[in-house]
Amino acid sequence: MGRYLILLYEDEASWAAVGQEETEAILTAHRRFGEAHGDVLRGGGWLHPTATATSVRGPDDGANADAPGFAAGVDALVTDGPYVETKEALGGFYLVEVPDLDSALALAREVPAPFGGVEVRPLRET
Amino acid sequence: MTADPAGAVADAHRREWAAVLAATVRVTRDLDLAEECVQEAYAQALTAWRDGVPARPGAWLTTAARRRALDLHRRAAVAERALPLLVVDEVAPEPAGDAGQPDDLLALLFTCCHPALTAEARVALTLRLLGGLSTPEIARAFLVSEPTMAARLTRAKKKIAAAGVPFRVPGPDELPRRLGGVLAVVHLVLTAGHTAPTGTGLVRHDLLDRAHDLARLLRSRFPADADVAGLLALVLLTDARRATRVDADGALVLLADQDRSRWDAAMIEEGRALVRAALTARPVSRYAVLAAVAAVHAEAPSLEETDWAEIVGLYDVVLARWPSPVVALNRAVAVGFADGPEAGLAALDELADEPRLAGYGYLAAARGELLRRTGRHREAREAIGEAVLLTGNDVERELLAGRLAALG
Repeated sequence: MGRYLILLYEDEASWAAVGQEETEAILTAHRRFGEAHGDVLRGGGWLHPTATATSVRGPDDGANADAPGFAAGVDALVTDGPYVETKEALGGFYLVEVPDLDSALALAREVPAPFGGVEVRPLRET
Repeated sequence: MTADPAGAVADAHRREWAAVLAATVRVTRDLDLAEECVQEAYAQALTAWRDGVPARPGAWLTTAARRRALDLHRRAAVAERALPLLVVDEVAPEPAGDAGQPDDLLALLFTCCHPALTAEARVALTLRLLGGLSTPEIARAFLVSEPTMAARLTRAKKKIAAAGVPFRVPGPDELPRRLGGVLAVVHLVLTAGHTAPTGTGLVRHDLLDRAHDLARLLRSRFPADADVAGLLALVLLTDARRATRVDADGALVLLADQDRSRWDAAMIEEGRALVRAALTARPVSRYAVLAAVAAVHAEAPSLEETDWAEIVGLYDVVLARWPSPVVALNRAVAVGFADGPEAGLAALDELADEPRLAGYGYLAAARGELLRRTGRHREAREAIGEAVLLTGNDVERELLAGRLAALG
C-alpha cells in the first residue's frame, strides 16, 4: 500500500466567478466522491483562495539550509500572498491510501476539478 | 560439448533476455537489481556453458539470476535501500527454474509503457528492459547523447519505484486504453529500425528484431485485437523487404529498384492474412490500414504496376480519422503516381505551410522527385539540395546526392 496526495489545481478567477448554485453542485460532486471512496480516503481539504495566503521565508532570501533546525527562525520574512504565483493555484487536496499508482490514477480521474486538473504525488514513507 | 559457448550465450541473450529479466523482476521487485542479476547470470553462463549448453538455456539463466537475487536479498545492503519496492501482485508459486511466465513478460512491457512515463522514456525503457539493448545503442537510435539517455532511463526507473507504477498487465477495464500506448511504442521501434534516424547504416537490425518480437508477444496474448493484428502485419510486411533495401555496398535501393523476388514470401503471406482479418474490425484499426498500404506494395509486381489509387484511398481512410502531416505527405507521393506528378505537387503544396513538417527532409525529397518528373530540373535541384541538408542518415544522404548529380 502507498499513500498519495491528490492535489487540485484550478483557476481561481473562475472559482471567484461561479454563482451559489454552481458552487453547490461542485461541492455535491466532492461529497459524492468522498462517499464513494471513503474506504481509501485518509484526509482532504478545501483551501481558501491564495489571496488569504501568507508566506514565510528565511531572512537569507528563503535559503534556510544553514539555519538552526533548517527553519526560517524569528527573523523570517513574512509576506502577503502565495509562495509561488500561478494562474492555476493549489485549491484543495485528498490524501488516499491505495495499492499502487494505477489505483491512485483511477481515483484522480474521478476527482471533481471543473476549472483545472489534479496532480498525483506519492508520499515518501519514512 | 559445444564448441562455442560465447555464441550460445549471445544467442540466449537475443532470445531469452526479456523473459529471464521479467521472471527475475518478480523476485527482486527492483528493476536495476534485476538487470544486474541477469547480467551476472549471462556472465556465469560464459564459463559454465563451456562444459555444455543446457537444454533450456532460458531456464538455466532464470535460475542463476534468481539465485543471485535471493543472495543479495539476504544482505543488509538491500534492506537499507532508499527506494520502495516495485508493486508486484502475488501469484501462485511457479515450478522452480521456469523461464518466466509469459505474463511476466507482458507485465514488464506494460510497466515500461505506463502513461505516467514520458513517451521518450517508454521507448527507451522498453528497448533496455525487453530488448536488452545497451544505453549507447538506445541513445544512438534516438539522436541523444549517452549521458542524456542514461539519465532518462535512471529517472524513469526511479519514478516507477517511487510512484508505485505496478508490475502488472492491466485489468479488462483499463486494458483497451493501455494497449494503445504499448502499440505506439512498438510502432516507434519499428520506424526507428526501418530507417535509422542517424548513423551509417540504413536499417537498425536490432530495433527491427525487437519490434518483431514485441508484436509477436502481443499477438500471442491478444489474438482477437485488430490493432495488435494490424501492427504485427505492418511489422511483417515492412520487414519482408529488409534484405533488398540496401545493396551489397550498403547503398540505399529504392522501392522502384528493389529485387521483389527476394522479398520474404512467408512474411508477406502471413502479413496479408493478418491484414485481411484485421480490416474487418470496427471501428477500423489505424495499424490495419497502414499495414494494408504495405500489403498493396507487397502484392505489386513492380512500382509501375502498383495499385496507387488503392493506396491513395487507404491513406484517405487514415487521414479522415487520424490527421497527420506525415501521412498526408505519403498520400501526396501516392497521388503523384496515381494521377501524375503535377497532381502530386498540388497535393504537396497544401502541406507547404505545415509547421510540423518544417525541417522534415522527406517533404523536400518528395517535392524534388516530383519536380524532376515534370522536367523542372532547376527547382528539383533546389528541393533535393534541401533534403540532403535535412537527413541525418548517411545512406539516405548518399542517395540524394547521387540524384542531385544526375540532374546536372
